[in-house]
This record gives sequence, structure tokens and C-alpha cells, in this order.
Amino acid sequence: MPQRQFGPATVDIDEEGFLTDFSQWTREVAAAIAKEEGIAELTPAHWKIIEYMQKEFKENGQVPSIRKLNKSGVTSTKELYGLFPGGPAKKAAKISGMKKPEGCV
Amino acid sequence: MEDKIKKVSIVVSRGGLDGVYPGLIMANGARMDGIEANLFFTFFGLDAITRKRMGKIKIATVGNPGMHMPSILGILPGFSAFATSMMLKTMDKIDIPPVPEFIEMVADAGCKLYACKASVDMFKLKKEDFCPQVDSIINVGKFYEISAGGQIIFT
Repeated sequence: MPQRQFGPATVDIDEEGFLTDFSQWTREVAAAIAKEEGIAELTPAHWKIIEYMQKEFKENGQVPSIRKLNKSGVTSTKELYGLFPGGPAKKAAKISGMKKPEGCV
Repeated sequence: MEDKIKKVSIVVSRGGLDGVYPGLIMANGARMDGIEANLFFTFFGLDAITRKRMGKIKIATVGNPGMHMPSILGILPGFSAFATSMMLKTMDKIDIPPVPEFIEMVADAGCKLYACKASVDMFKLKKEDFCPQVDSIINVGKFYEISAGGQIIFT
């Protein structure tokens, strides 16, 4: 299994760079992945979404869909696309240390 | 590696749930992957963006071999409504929203929505008859102009 080094942390990843072991995730790993995805800095608005997604992921084992995020009251579809440009669900999942979302919507 | 798709323009030409959903899912999916997307609604596809109709789109139970049942059942009163409600419930569980919510979601995702001029004239509709997410009513020439440099998908 491929591994990546982010600062002091070594994480296991899949071939697309998604963490395969959520327990290896740290805020520093998140910031490093975000940079690679073109997000220079994770703002409080980003963190609110990341924390919500991780809570859902821990509870259900599933990456929440954009629709679910929009309905959660944590963010809106428009804000999500603005904060994670060029692929909000996948980028947010990657930064949050979760697997790649599988759904079509 | 092949060049990535950067832009898609999707034509929705059919009414009914099975006519409308594929285009919406493809447009939304494009935006989810950072692909520029346009939706062009024509003929009965216009139902999906027409205020009065968008919330009432049903699955055809007659003459639809995909229903896997004899058409004679499909003509029973209320059967189409029943099948539609079952299908919408199932879709809701996998986070595929009802048409009006889906239109809002795909527009919020940055997809542009257009209505076909010829169909709008044929059905005697006006801009006010459409949901606010519709950018404008355009002719075929304008559609090709907007689609330039991308892929066109007809559904």
C-alpha cells in the first residue's frame, strides 16, 4: 500500500491519494492535502464542514453527500462549491481523511 | 493519459422521470468533478424547469417496457402516481432529490440552465413560466455557441 509523508505524519493512501486509515488523520495532514488540492488555507468555514463530515463518517461509515451537507445547515451547496472549488465532495472527503465518495450525486 | 473532459452541454429532450433524471445526474456529476456544465431543456424536457410542472413529473407506466409489467396494469387509475411515489422514495434514500430540489442543487453547483426557443414558442410559454434558475431562452445556434469547446450529450 502506498504511503505519504506529511511533516511528521506518515499516512497510508490509495492510488488517488485518499487516506485508507482514518485514524492516521491529523489537522496538519488536512492542511497539507488542502494545499495540494489548491486550497491555500483552511478557514473556519472549511473546518466547520470537515468536522461535520467526520462526525457523519464516524457515525454512519459513509461520506455525506452534497445534498446532505446542504440540508445539514452547516453549509450550502453554493458555499461548498466556493470553498472547495473543482470538486467539493471529493476534495472535502480527501482533506477530511475519508475514502472517496462513491455515490453519483 | 487522455485529456480530461472540461465541459459538457447536456440536452434534456424527454419528459417523465426517466426522461429528466439522467441529464440532471450527469450535469450535477460533471460539476462535482469540476467540469463546466450546461443543461438545455427542449420539447417535453421543458417540464423539468416549468414551475407548474416540475414538481409533478411522473414515471410513465404505459408503453414503458422498462417497468417490467404488462401495460394493462399501467392504465389503472393512480398507478403512475403510485409508481412515481415509490420511485421517488427510493431515490430520496440514495440522496437523489426530487426534480425541483435537484434543479436548485445543480444550479447552485454552477451549472447553467437554458430553455429551447422553438419548444418554448411551440408550447406558448414565457420566461415567467420557468423556475428562476433558468438563465435564458436560447435558440439552437446560441446553444452551439455556448457548447463550443465541450462535449454535447443528448438525452
